[in-house]
Amino acid sequence: MTATVEQTGSTGSPYALTHLDALESEAVHIMREVAGEFERPVLLFSGGKDSIVMLHLALKAFTPAAVPFPLLHVDTGHNFPEVLAFRDRTVAEHSLRLHVASVQDYIDDGRLRERPDGTRNPLQTVPLTDAIQRHGFDAVFGGGRRDEEKARAKERVFSLRDEFSQWDPRRQRPELWSLYNGRHAPGEHVRVFPLSNWTELDVWQYIAREAIALPEIYFAHEREVFDRGGMWLTAGEWGGPREGERVQSRTVRYRTVGDMSCTGAVDSDAADLDAVIAEIAASRLTERGATRADDKLSEAAMEDRKREGYF
Amino acid sequence: MTTTSPITAEQLSATTLLRFATAGSVDDGKSTLVGRLLHDSKSVLADQLEAVERASQSRGQEAPDLALLTDGLRAEREQGITIDVAYRYFATPRRRFILADTPGHVQYTRNMVTGASTAQLAVVLVDARNGVVEQTRRHAAVAALLRVPHVVLAVNKMDLVEYAEPVFAAIAEEFTAYAASLGVPEVTAIPISALAGDNVVEPSATMDWYGGPTVLEHLETVPVGHDPALPLSSAGGAPARFPVQYVIRPQSADHPDYRGYAGQIASGVLRVGEQVTVLPSGRTTTVSGIDALGEPVDTAWAPQSVTLRLADDLDVSRGDLIAPSSAAPPVTQDILATVCHLHERPLRVGERVLLRHGTRTVKALVKELPYRIDLSHGLAHDGAPWALEVNDIGAVRLRTAEPLPVDAYADSRQTGSFLLIDPADGTTLTAGMVGEAFAESGPGTATPEAGTDGWDF
Repeated sequence: MTATVEQTGSTGSPYALTHLDALESEAVHIMREVAGEFERPVLLFSGGKDSIVMLHLALKAFTPAAVPFPLLHVDTGHNFPEVLAFRDRTVAEHSLRLHVASVQDYIDDGRLRERPDGTRNPLQTVPLTDAIQRHGFDAVFGGGRRDEEKARAKERVFSLRDEFSQWDPRRQRPELWSLYNGRHAPGEHVRVFPLSNWTELDVWQYIAREAIALPEIYFAHEREVFDRGGMWLTAGEWGGPREGERVQSRTVRYRTVGDMSCTGAVDSDAADLDAVIAEIAASRLTERGATRADDKLSEAAMEDRKREGYF
Repeated sequence: MTTTSPITAEQLSATTLLRFATAGSVDDGKSTLVGRLLHDSKSVLADQLEAVERASQSRGQEAPDLALLTDGLRAEREQGITIDVAYRYFATPRRRFILADTPGHVQYTRNMVTGASTAQLAVVLVDARNGVVEQTRRHAAVAALLRVPHVVLAVNKMDLVEYAEPVFAAIAEEFTAYAASLGVPEVTAIPISALAGDNVVEPSATMDWYGGPTVLEHLETVPVGHDPALPLSSAGGAPARFPVQYVIRPQSADHPDYRGYAGQIASGVLRVGEQVTVLPSGRTTTVSGIDALGEPVDTAWAPQSVTLRLADDLDVSRGDLIAPSSAAPPVTQDILATVCHLHERPLRVGERVLLRHGTRTVKALVKELPYRIDLSHGLAHDGAPWALEVNDIGAVRLRTAEPLPVDAYADSRQTGSFLLIDPADGTTLTAGMVGEAFAESGPGTATPEAGTDGWDF
């Protein structure tokens, strides 16, 4: 597929690449750079669409050899059961190694405390950075895209983090051409974002082109939800609904997959890839604006979390 | 115009990608232009606009401040300045765009150099009332230095000069002549009013004397030029360059003998059966197979990521460069380059650094700083400075610990570029372009020098 010669009306060159081919080539280049330069890379895998695309790219980048790094999942304890099942099927299918860092473990033994608002997304940072230090990971692939959020638009493809995993936007290394500088001191690591230049729509188009399987919650289905802060949250043992919040059955789907306590569903009858792509192309809301409660906490919520070590 | 209607899935499937950069001082209206391009291409969504409106109100501003869309960091919003390059994304039915939004404020040169390094097109904004000023010459010089293939001169605020053609014509003529003297092959000049919307997305109703494309129309139709048979400099052919990134050896039951060299083709076309040379060793073999991410193909071209199989069992590893035997680059330990110094820590003669070229990192010594270039005043050369400071552009003579296959930057933006890195802490210090700045064309700028001075690393 990659090598097909596309006649692209406006340019006419038989050697023009489609935008998906160009983005795929760039992401594969970034992954191979990491495999060539680092001792212990790891790929963050949540079972969400961006990490599924990253895994697909990694499988292609190193074929016919196996993916030369393990996966790491930070399990908030409030994950969608469909997504965890998908994660485990995928790991088994490709004979991958999976590390799990569990927020619940940290809460159970007192290293973390539940927040009053019940959201566990910000709590992921501690288990994540602990796991990076414990395993000595020196490069950590994340699925972050610059189109997601304005702080992310400032993120480098190779983002150096200190021994506390902190991000300092004013001390980033400039990135020129396709020369990525991965040098780091012991204890430091580099967060790597192969999908930096992809948009939500690119991700969906690529999923469609490559026929990549996804957890079913990305497609329209009937679900028991309740309204909190203008978002449809899934009812469940994680802590919803509270008093006064009314559960109802609606046809919804998810645009992002994260912690159940802060990831909202959207009303949708898009039941297949074509319908999802049409819906995204016409949407007047960004992915995060539509579905993430934690980004609305303050104007700089994402930047502040990233400074602490979040992705 | 059809470009602003919602995009359908069919239209999206076969679009190409254009990377471009904008350059302009604060008051030239760059934010307004960027805002209009994003807004009119439906790339600013309702929740983003609401967030900007909320933030603007809380600052006591009456109208939404579109700069808040692009200033992503707390410090930027607090100080009302842009401190870093940001990347923006938008699409029309014809093309997808990656915009390197480079700030016009402080730390100016290095940010524009960073943005321009990957850009296929640069938009230089000029205020029609002021014409070509020192900043404009600086923008043009950076675009020329980085060899951005297409330069657009957007003469903005035409509404403030009564949309007068002579004003535009004079500025366009002066800029085009200056750009030509720098070696910029072509300039597209467009009279616009970003504020009023003239010739940005919609053709101007007022400037009927202008018959050219709008900014967006030009962005949509400019050739993205991945025609590897014709290099950007158009002098001769662009030969294939393949920096080896990673050796793929599954050693599995299914693939006991597979040995592939993974990498992204930096320039040109590679074909199965072609005779190639592995550098710096100089050994020669034949391409026996090309795998494009799992699919065997006969031909592959830049910038595809592929895996090469070679006919002979040579010692090839990460950092090597594979090139056609008929057009291999020179291998040298002495490099004369034009550089932009990126870091507050100065670059001094005698300094030992790391040089990152393609997939290879080697030790290097800064032997000489022959001159510094003043971009704003006719490219005057200052005599040998003792150090290059942040944002300085100058010439550097380097001696590397190992031979490197380098092209002139004029011939290849990929294999003619490098970084200098501080070996102590890994800081990226300097961006380098092999060869003299603004040379019309011509190879051989890697100036091999005979002998060594007897120092070692």
